[in-house]
Amino acid sequence: MNTTVVAPAHAEPRDFLCREEAHPHSGTLLGFWLYLMSDCFIFAALFACNAVLGTNVAGGPSARDVFDLPGLAVNTALLLFSSVTFGFAMLEMARRHKRAMLGWLAVSGMLAAAFVGLEIHEFATMIAEGAGPGRSAFLSSFFTLVGTHGLHVTVGIIWLIVLMVQMGKHGLTEANRRRLMCLSMFWHFLDLVWVGVFSYVYLVGVLR
Amino acid sequence: MSHPSASAHETGTAHQDDHDATHADHGSLRGYLTGFVLAAILTIIPFWLVLGHVIASPQATIVIVLGLAALQIVVHMIFFLHLDTRSENGWNMLAFIFTVVLVVIVLGASVWVMYNENANMMPMSPQYMQHKQGA
Repeated sequence: MNTTVVAPAHAEPRDFLCREEAHPHSGTLLGFWLYLMSDCFIFAALFACNAVLGTNVAGGPSARDVFDLPGLAVNTALLLFSSVTFGFAMLEMARRHKRAMLGWLAVSGMLAAAFVGLEIHEFATMIAEGAGPGRSAFLSSFFTLVGTHGLHVTVGIIWLIVLMVQMGKHGLTEANRRRLMCLSMFWHFLDLVWVGVFSYVYLVGVLR
Repeated sequence: MSHPSASAHETGTAHQDDHDATHADHGSLRGYLTGFVLAAILTIIPFWLVLGHVIASPQATIVIVLGLAALQIVVHMIFFLHLDTRSENGWNMLAFIFTVVLVVIVLGASVWVMYNENANMMPMSPQYMQHKQGA
């Protein structure tokens, strides 16, 4: 071990590694967060389309004609409740109460399924009234944005069912807990995007 | 987390830290309920403003609805997604700030550019429109 640099014997060893730096168990949660941030850009692009095309109705129905605001209030409440019940499931997971956790997850999943069901009903009603995605630029942007969100929620429900089966078979293992923490972020993130959808697309949509 | 050569005392501290980190990741019952109440209030107000036609000016209502939405997004971030400056050594917050900057540029610039595009379009006469539709 020959070194060309001669240091005085009493000198402190140079330490370029920060010993205080905390090392997380795994980078999965940070990586999943970065995925969610990139998902933000998809939604930002779709929101920008809606902002630009929202009033281009091409002589067809406008936001005021097609939106059912009381129905929207029900949908918004379903998603907010499902976000909170998912939070309760995460608290039960931290306490290692598997049955209670699975119960809250089932409640969250059913609330989200009701949300998707109402949204499909809304889409079907609009298409039956001749206000389908092909009618105008406004309706194209509306169906794409709200449909993309609905698709995310649907995928979230499938992921939830898969994880509930995994939890039932293998229990609250380290890997299963990490997976559920990712799904929890996904779930709350979709509720956050919905805040933008109901506020901007629907409520501002009927005003402008 | 637990170093092989760590003494019993250090292991105890590490365990304590681990517990606190877990606690911070999952939030608390109080946190979720606070978030729920705030989110519910921030949802009910815009619905009430729009459905009840509370404010005569649509422009003023739009500004208030968007302001409340921004506030509700912050509430969701803090109480549901548990975003703070400490989680993952601040990388979560840094990625979030970066995203917010880009999203604001994408949304703001799109609306700004397209508004000016529309305003500067050559006015089309009804006859021209008729011709276009007939063609």
